[in-house]
Amino acid sequence: MSGLETEPSRRFAGGRLLARWLLGAEWRSHPARAIVAIATIALGVALGYAVQLINSAAFNEFSAASKSLSGEADLQVRGAQPTFDENWYPRLATTPGVALASPVLDLDVTVPGQTAALKVLGIDVFRASRITPELIGVPSVQRPLDTLSDDAIFLSPAAQQWLHAAPGDHVAMLSGTSIIRFRVAGGLVRTRPGQRVAVMDIAAAQWRFGLVGKLSRIDLQLQRGVDRERFKRELQDRLGSQLVVAETRDDENRTDRLSRAYRINMNVLALVALFTGAFLVFSTQALAVVRRRAQFAMLRVLGYTRGQLLRQILMEGALLGVLGSMLGLAVGYALSSIALRFFGSDLGGGYFPGVQPHVSFEPVASALFLALGIGVSVLGSLVPALEAARARPAAALKAGSEEGALARLATPWPAVICLAVAAILALLPPLFDIPILGYLAVALLLIGGIALMPRCTAIVFTALSRWHAKRRTRAVTTLALARLANAPGQASIAMSGVLSSFALIVAMAIMVASFRVSVDEWLTHLLSADLYVRVAANGDTASLSPGEQMTIAATPGIGRAAFTRTSHLTLDPARPAVALLARDIDAADPGAAMQMTGPVLPPSALKDGETPIWVSEAMVDLYRYKLGQRLKLSIGTHGGTFVVAGVWRDYVRQTGAIQLRLADYRRLTGDTGATDAAVTVDRGASVEGVIASLRKLPFGAAMEFAEPGDIRARTLTIFDRSFAVTYLLEAVAIVIGLFGVAATFSAQTLARAREFGMLRHVGVTRHQVLAILAAEAGMLTALGIAVGFILGWAISLILVFVVNPQSFHWSMSMHIPWHVVSTVALVMLISSCATAVVAGRKAVSLDAVRAVKEDW
Amino acid sequence: MRHFSVTVEHCKPVSLTDDPIFMTLRNNGVPPALECRGLSKAYGAGRVLLASLDFSLDPGEFVAIMGDSGVGKSTLLNLIAGLDQADSGEVLIDGTSISSLDDNAATRLRRQKLGFVFQAFHVLPHLTLMQNVALPLLLNNTPPARALDLLEAVGLGGRGDDFPRQLSGGELQRVAIARALVHRPTLILADEPTGNLDPETAHEVLSLFRAEIKANGAAAIMVTHSMAAAASADRILILSEHGLHAGQPARSAGERQ
Repeated sequence: MSGLETEPSRRFAGGRLLARWLLGAEWRSHPARAIVAIATIALGVALGYAVQLINSAAFNEFSAASKSLSGEADLQVRGAQPTFDENWYPRLATTPGVALASPVLDLDVTVPGQTAALKVLGIDVFRASRITPELIGVPSVQRPLDTLSDDAIFLSPAAQQWLHAAPGDHVAMLSGTSIIRFRVAGGLVRTRPGQRVAVMDIAAAQWRFGLVGKLSRIDLQLQRGVDRERFKRELQDRLGSQLVVAETRDDENRTDRLSRAYRINMNVLALVALFTGAFLVFSTQALAVVRRRAQFAMLRVLGYTRGQLLRQILMEGALLGVLGSMLGLAVGYALSSIALRFFGSDLGGGYFPGVQPHVSFEPVASALFLALGIGVSVLGSLVPALEAARARPAAALKAGSEEGALARLATPWPAVICLAVAAILALLPPLFDIPILGYLAVALLLIGGIALMPRCTAIVFTALSRWHAKRRTRAVTTLALARLANAPGQASIAMSGVLSSFALIVAMAIMVASFRVSVDEWLTHLLSADLYVRVAANGDTASLSPGEQMTIAATPGIGRAAFTRTSHLTLDPARPAVALLARDIDAADPGAAMQMTGPVLPPSALKDGETPIWVSEAMVDLYRYKLGQRLKLSIGTHGGTFVVAGVWRDYVRQTGAIQLRLADYRRLTGDTGATDAAVTVDRGASVEGVIASLRKLPFGAAMEFAEPGDIRARTLTIFDRSFAVTYLLEAVAIVIGLFGVAATFSAQTLARAREFGMLRHVGVTRHQVLAILAAEAGMLTALGIAVGFILGWAISLILVFVVNPQSFHWSMSMHIPWHVVSTVALVMLISSCATAVVAGRKAVSLDAVRAVKEDW
Repeated sequence: MRHFSVTVEHCKPVSLTDDPIFMTLRNNGVPPALECRGLSKAYGAGRVLLASLDFSLDPGEFVAIMGDSGVGKSTLLNLIAGLDQADSGEVLIDGTSISSLDDNAATRLRRQKLGFVFQAFHVLPHLTLMQNVALPLLLNNTPPARALDLLEAVGLGGRGDDFPRQLSGGELQRVAIARALVHRPTLILADEPTGNLDPETAHEVLSLFRAEIKANGAAAIMVTHSMAAAASADRILILSEHGLHAGQPARSAGERQ
């Protein structure tokens, strides 16, 4: 080289070639480590991407199906309660600005023998053909007037398939406790795949389902030039609180809100695997940097700049991320296709019934998960890369300087800051109804906890080492303790995998156990009767008349029958409807009927004419209801003043529920029907005998019976099923964590071949070397498990008391599943020791002479 | 501490050589390959390693530096290479002050002007011999073809695709010498290059080292404890707590020719 600058004419991209050589050399020399890191990233990305694709496909299909029911309507007028008086129809149809009004009776009809309801739309075919043309029945050529017939119903292909009914067949449905039959007159113009919907004439629907003079909604098309927003505002003012004016996009909002928390929690859970993978990439890269410390120093001496070195290590990490992410996207796509084909679309959550979504490539989600995979990988490489770039080449060239590479990890301040910020974030409210800050707090808690480990390891093992030195000791223990005390950085890297996976497992296990035990206690409290009778297992159309209720109450063997009327109340068109439960409640002791979460308002606190209501925790979160608050609700035709008399725990309806006394409900609405009954059996009478008597009643076939034990068992089965995916994702996190333990211990053990060679020279037997490794791994994992438990417990506090209430709007009490935690701890302890010994056998199998002689 | 037993000529100045060849170069305006001016370095609790060291090296000159362990020989090399910062004084490489450069500029100067040979060889184990030798070329954005020529020159022709694990210690040091010379540096810094080799191999390697640096016109500083190794240099300098002094001349001017 004659000059300082290279002449442009012979410019050669040596840097790029060198980067390729170095990368190729590293991957050639340690392919297994690169493969494990790539596989980990791929697994994390695949799970996250698959869950996202499944949820997104299901949500989009469900939204599209909901939207198709609204057709081309500009606005929809709905009742606050499920139905409202049809006299509103002519008034709205003649409102200036309205081009067309189409009345609809929208019912979720109970179908005998089916677990789900069938959506039946009663329409005025002449008007609906202009707003919802796709939902018009297609009659046969021979019977063109079937669209107006009172016994004809048109079924979508999915509904025909579900009910095993072809055109010409008859289908049975429940109205009250009576079974009514309809002739399948044909299909519909067009529906979405999997969409189960039936259409019939509106007058026939009103008559056959006992809802004469009632409508569910009126679809409006506005005249050209009418300002929709202004019209909507003015119309809402005119209609008052009995009716709500909604837009079709509100449907989407409702669907979104209904399932958002579930979808987000699933996504976050899926990302836990990726997060755990980030620690594996960190430990892989950190150890690779420590191992290559002298090589990097030599490159720096030869003229590699800090920037070049930093870029090289980050590029290596990014490449792991790119390959892992690309593989993950492909696997995720395949997984989601398989899951949708074989397991359905709701991943056990039950939020998207009756749709058949198909996975489609999502560019934004794909780019996001690609970026996440790469980002996680680069992030995992950042600390090691910075350290390598900062290292002083002259010092790093000397053998034995490895621990110095990790000295910075012992600085406790970043960890303390992470923990402090996590504590603050955990106290903040949700953003956009999502516990984003809670999740961020969990991530920071985990990062902070892990970052604190080098200091913690040094303190614990130095103290242990000193204590041990005062006793008559074995060489094996002394050597193991000495390394852990004097090389805490390397030890901590090995532990980060143990710590992160164990902490997450503990946190998830505590959260799920807390939830399950709380649900169990709630059920025990709730199910105080001997027998539960339900007439409308699903749908809105079945109910017990007052006469039928009296018959039940008078059945021999029944001491007491408490009836419940379940209905819905729309408080905000953009939110899902709130459940309205009318039942026998003692206002002086509401805790006997429901699990209260705080103080209750005594009846004496109510003024004349005020009606007490008891609201679920979701109402407090979503609608800001407070104890003692007085409010107006559109219950019945006249409404009235309602007072929040207490808040109760509800693990069923996360979108909110209101309970009021049955007598109050009947007084306000005039609706004397009942959907459920809680039966207390006379002393001496058997539950089986009572069921047999009830079945013999004329309407006995319309009723379903369940004993508390059955309901409890069924509920917990559904609970476990809905958490099945959680368990699966948790298991993946465990596997990745163990992968991390195995990879880290193997790398560290093999890197110490020279040390073991030296020990063999001075007389340490192979058996003793293995014992040292097992002791180190055992002590390290034990510390990792202890700290992981504390960290996991802290994370579970955030999950139980922040994330869950903010996601699902219910609270729970804390329960630690000791048997699960101790089993996992034992498995991790054993697998860590076994991994260290297996890796150690390979390291000590090297010739002792060669091991000490080898420079690299 | 092991006492060093080489005769030290305390009164003889070491800043400039009186060799006619170097005098001619100097008179022609060619700057020294290396010039150290008032170089000082202390460690920790005021332990002075190097104090006001003045020292220069002309192009093509091969100097051996000897001294007791811990006297600062490696520190001196680190200061010259810009890998460590002097407390005071200045190091000029080919007329450019490396001491005044920031880390990146010093690194660029190092990659262009300096070559290194280490006691522990420091060849990258998972690169081939050709790739190892070509490293300085790539760092200087130069095609790697010359690496094969250098391998040929150090007696490893045809083994460019071999990996370091297939080589003996002496062969590894030959690779290191090829790597140090491949980009035609101004100055080679060698830290105990024969410290890990047996006497016979050490002799071969030193002969090769000297021949190659002379063939490539590079100046070289070799830090060594070995008198035999030092004997291959043009001159010997002794580093002690009293400073840097000339030792017994290793070879006459005639031998250097």
